Amino acid sequence: MSTVVNKPVEIPSYQTSDEKDNFLISTRGFLSWALTLDHKRIGLMYLVGVSAAFLLGGILALMIRAHLFLADGVFLTNQQYNQVFTLHGAVMVFLFIIPSVPAALGNFLLPVMLGAKDVAFPRLNLGSFYLWVTGAIFFIVALFVTGLDTGWTFYTPYSLDSKGPVALATMAVFILGFSSIFTGLNFIVTINTMRPPGMAWFKMPLFLWATYSTSIIQVLATPVLGITVLLLTAERILGIGIFDPQLNGDPVTFQHFFWFYSHPAVYIMILPAMGIISELISVHSHKGIFGYRFIAYSSSRSRCLGSSSGATTCLPAECLTSPQSSLVP
Amino acid sequence: MSLLDVFVPILADEHATYWFPPQASTFAKEVDSFFHFLVWLSAIFFFLIVIPMFYFAWKFRARPGYKGDPEALHNTPLEITWTVIPTFIVIYIFVRGTMGYLDMSRPPADTLDIQVVARKWSWQFTYPNGAVSDELHLPVGRPAKMIMRSEELTGIPVLHSLFVPAFRAKADVVPGRFNVMWFQPTLAGKYDLFCTEYCGDNHSRMMTKVYVQEPADYEDWVTKANKPPEEPKLHGEWLYKRQGCKGCHSVDGSKVVGPSFKGTWGKDVPLAGGKGTVAFDENYVLESVKNPQAKARSGYENASAMPSYAGRLKDDQILLIVEYMKSLKD
Repeated sequence: MSTVVNKPVEIPSYQTSDEKDNFLISTRGFLSWALTLDHKRIGLMYLVGVSAAFLLGGILALMIRAHLFLADGVFLTNQQYNQVFTLHGAVMVFLFIIPSVPAALGNFLLPVMLGAKDVAFPRLNLGSFYLWVTGAIFFIVALFVTGLDTGWTFYTPYSLDSKGPVALATMAVFILGFSSIFTGLNFIVTINTMRPPGMAWFKMPLFLWATYSTSIIQVLATPVLGITVLLLTAERILGIGIFDPQLNGDPVTFQHFFWFYSHPAVYIMILPAMGIISELISVHSHKGIFGYRFIAYSSSRSRCLGSSSGATTCLPAECLTSPQSSLVP
Repeated sequence: MSLLDVFVPILADEHATYWFPPQASTFAKEVDSFFHFLVWLSAIFFFLIVIPMFYFAWKFRARPGYKGDPEALHNTPLEITWTVIPTFIVIYIFVRGTMGYLDMSRPPADTLDIQVVARKWSWQFTYPNGAVSDELHLPVGRPAKMIMRSEELTGIPVLHSLFVPAFRAKADVVPGRFNVMWFQPTLAGKYDLFCTEYCGDNHSRMMTKVYVQEPADYEDWVTKANKPPEEPKLHGEWLYKRQGCKGCHSVDGSKVVGPSFKGTWGKDVPLAGGKGTVAFDENYVLESVKNPQAKARSGYENASAMPSYAGRLKDDQILLIVEYMKSLKD
């Protein structure tokens, strides 16, 4: 019986004695970027991608504001307006803010701050970038081909009845979800296994604590979103009767499922930003951060409570008999 | 009316404040007071944090001859204090918010029960005596309970949400169940009612008015609303609103689900599938009400959307609706 030994991925080393050489210029050509396994290059490609998504979402936001300049609207029909705010929300949430800090800055900085050569799974890292690109293409197609008008939350039953390309958009969310899960998984394994000797948990920079907590939310909460949008697609195509009131489904079930992800997702957005500010202030004031342990604990606590608060929105019995709209988001 | 009233229309109402519409229900005082508590709490903490932050940044700035203290990294009593105090504040906010929520979701006994139907994109209110209206009328001082449902003639009914800012009350209308909300108006007046759950193309126009009246005026109105007007044309309009025609047929020429009532009377209208035209007269209306599929109009091939009204509308009632159509000739 022969043993298959997985050869470790060859990471090109950019550490040369030449001071003018660095990861940007060490190799050249399109393929050297498209097929790169270097975390810094992948981080930069993410940065370019999420910046483009931010620009697109921003243009859509400007269209909303410009249209609302007059009380009766300026240049959009009601239907177009609904499509614009739907895509603004979906692009900003799924293409920009969720991957922005973890995938772009996280990829670039995490191995550097940890003292590791790269992330644990460089090929998975590149794969999750291409999943992001695929999801983005689905959204762009949904934008230019037909009008998606469900709002970024895809609430049932409207999303069951809508003529827009709901299946296409939910597929985009599904694919982007996997991009997010893979990045989270990669970071968790990297931080758990690739800390150099001497880098104890409570010696880690706070940005890593924040990224670690974020990654755990990404791995635990995102699958719920994936299941939810799959159920939505199944309901639309097969009529399985889980969300459609006419088939004895309950549309509020969708809201509970959806916020099971989307409430913890606000911590995916805020925790890395809190990590950044903790680093910036302490570096630029030439001083260790005050209350380091408290901040490290609090980022872990946000993660635990954040995940559970998504679940607790389902708990009060009142919720089942009288869903007040204020409770749900 | 001052210039300010034009730009800030809410100020034109003597009971409104700069920030808020009038407090017109029993919920309003607590909601506003809690809201102001949260705003001021946030404002105070904002300044408590930001002012020292800027002060310290200035006081301990890098300058020649100044050496920072690298040891001040931890202070347990301080950290416990600023964790425990906010925890109690958060618990207070949670308890007070929950109590308000429970109050709003439990109607008292002996309410005025009103059936609410939300459709894409209109509201319909049915009162205990059977009167129907598309604007909500309420007596001042009496708790009113809304028993809400979502309905569509075609397609899947969707979520709506009934919001009356002056009452500080809002609840979702959920397809497949009756959702209930209640409020007790305290101030007579005319208020806005909005749909606040996105429900499709004309969601932003799905709004109507609430009239809170003195009890005697309300009784007067609700009795009258249940009796058809004398004039045939107005009687026809009354039937048009009450029998649900309004859900699909506009009277301003716009296409909703079915063709508009406006400007069709006496003309020859084209039929679906190029089957020629038909004179839009009493007989065509009679046939279309009883058997909507018989002669579908061009552009409205999906006439199966409309249920037959045979047995629901008597022939003389159909003629009254015809009178209403005639009045919409131009």
